[in-house]
Amino acid sequence: MPVLRRAATLLAVLAALWALWEGFKAFGEAVGLRIGAFTVDDLSMPHLHDIVAQLFEPSRRNGPLLIEVLADAALFTAKEAAAGFLLGAAIGFALGVVLHHSQLLQRGFLPYIVASQTVPILAIAPMVVVWLKAGWLSVAVIAAYLTFFPVTINALRGLGSADPRALELMRSYAASRWAILWKLKVPASLPYLFSAFKVSATASVVGAIIGELPSSIQDGLGGAILNFNQYYLSSPPSLWATNLIAALLGICFFLVVAALERIFVRRAPEHVA
Amino acid sequence: MSGAAAVSIRRVSKTFAAGDVVALQEIDLDIRPREFVSLIGPSGCGKSTLLRIVGDLIRPSSGEIVVNGKSAHEARLDRDYGIVFQDAVLYDWRTVARNIALPLEMAGWDRARRAERVREMLELVELTGFESRHPWQLSGGMQQRVAIARALSFSPALLLMDEPFGALDEMTRERLNAELLRIWRETGCTVLFVTHSIAEAVFLSTRVVVMSPRPGRIAEIVEIDLAQPRTGDTREDPRFFELVTEVREALHGGSDRGSPRLRVAE
Repeated sequence: MPVLRRAATLLAVLAALWALWEGFKAFGEAVGLRIGAFTVDDLSMPHLHDIVAQLFEPSRRNGPLLIEVLADAALFTAKEAAAGFLLGAAIGFALGVVLHHSQLLQRGFLPYIVASQTVPILAIAPMVVVWLKAGWLSVAVIAAYLTFFPVTINALRGLGSADPRALELMRSYAASRWAILWKLKVPASLPYLFSAFKVSATASVVGAIIGELPSSIQDGLGGAILNFNQYYLSSPPSLWATNLIAALLGICFFLVVAALERIFVRRAPEHVA
Repeated sequence: MSGAAAVSIRRVSKTFAAGDVVALQEIDLDIRPREFVSLIGPSGCGKSTLLRIVGDLIRPSSGEIVVNGKSAHEARLDRDYGIVFQDAVLYDWRTVARNIALPLEMAGWDRARRAERVREMLELVELTGFESRHPWQLSGGMQQRVAIARALSFSPALLLMDEPFGALDEMTRERLNAELLRIWRETGCTVLFVTHSIAEAVFLSTRVVVMSPRPGRIAEIVEIDLAQPRTGDTREDPRFFELVTEVREALHGGSDRGSPRLRVAE
């Protein structure tokens, strides 16, 4: 029953969004709505059914369907994003552990780690490409740059969240720092880490798409977005369809992390949000 | 005498840096092996602080602690004591069996030995069959029994207990009191027990150490000469009531000006 209800809710939300889009479009076209340079027409707001239908049109004459092209591109980008996510999560966690154990390093380095996130990724990406040469590795590193930060911040919070008496307990067992870290602090930090992983998973997809641009990688969603951007005037639904696929990829990443969270975070039911 | 003591506390004082609060002043106490000693007193008398000093979780400002013939620090590193707090402090992400096995993992026991000991401990606290439950699936009393099993899993000679049954209802508390005495007899460990409850202290202990606050000092030590083993009948023994009265008077005498503020739990 709850599954049915959730499915019904999902459908209702989708229907409402569709109605909002098509209703606004119909209204805007009927009254000739203009907001600044924005005009409502098929160019600015293609019909949603046209966008979906475009997925099942050939991408070029006698070529494969657009959805096949985009699926390949999404898979390519997914690999880069996954590599970037794993790299970023590992670096982010390691940084969190190091900073947790040293007040001095924390005070010294944390401001720069925060500052690193104020530098636009578009400014970093070309430099990474210069350092590492264009390729999936440079894209993964760019994705990792967006990934590590939430993990570091939440690792710091999570590692410090252990019950003080649980720490006394570990001291009474003469536990080593290493044992306290792995048997108490890391398990206690898992709910915090997974919150960060969920943010980072979607950010890594964005990072990978952006990372493909300065690398001039054509095989991923970043390449597809650039390509269909050039042909927007002749076929607006193609770019919209590409964005739809990119969003779906981000959602998939989120759902995978959420599923892992359900497996790895064993907590009292009342703690489960 | 001091050489044979399980715990020897010599002129121990503790002043907390913030605000020069004197938590403990010149505490002297010897606990013999296999004794069951309760520390009782109003809030702020330093009884929990004293327990933590014995466990080397807090350093005393001055004085000396000897546990099993070693310094408190060495005794902690040798895992000479187990500790139980007011809350069970079980790890949510571990099953009952793996919670009990935690100190054994620290001590480097192999898997087979751990499993064997966990089985024995579950039997000791009468929780056989609950090994694969998670802590939140147990009642408060059962959680506290897991905490006791965990504290005793590596057979420490000394058991430190900081108001272990303070958060439980009266009936559960009385049942666990009886169970603790059985475990104490079976394991032969020495117990240092902090409590707010006069009846609990008298029922469980061989000696009750009555403390007074500000600064924390030993006001009186009451020998509990009730027959062993103690049972439900012990609580109805006239001698039980005499001893309860004696401890209560010692508590009041220790802080006569403050007696109305005294928090003496049931």
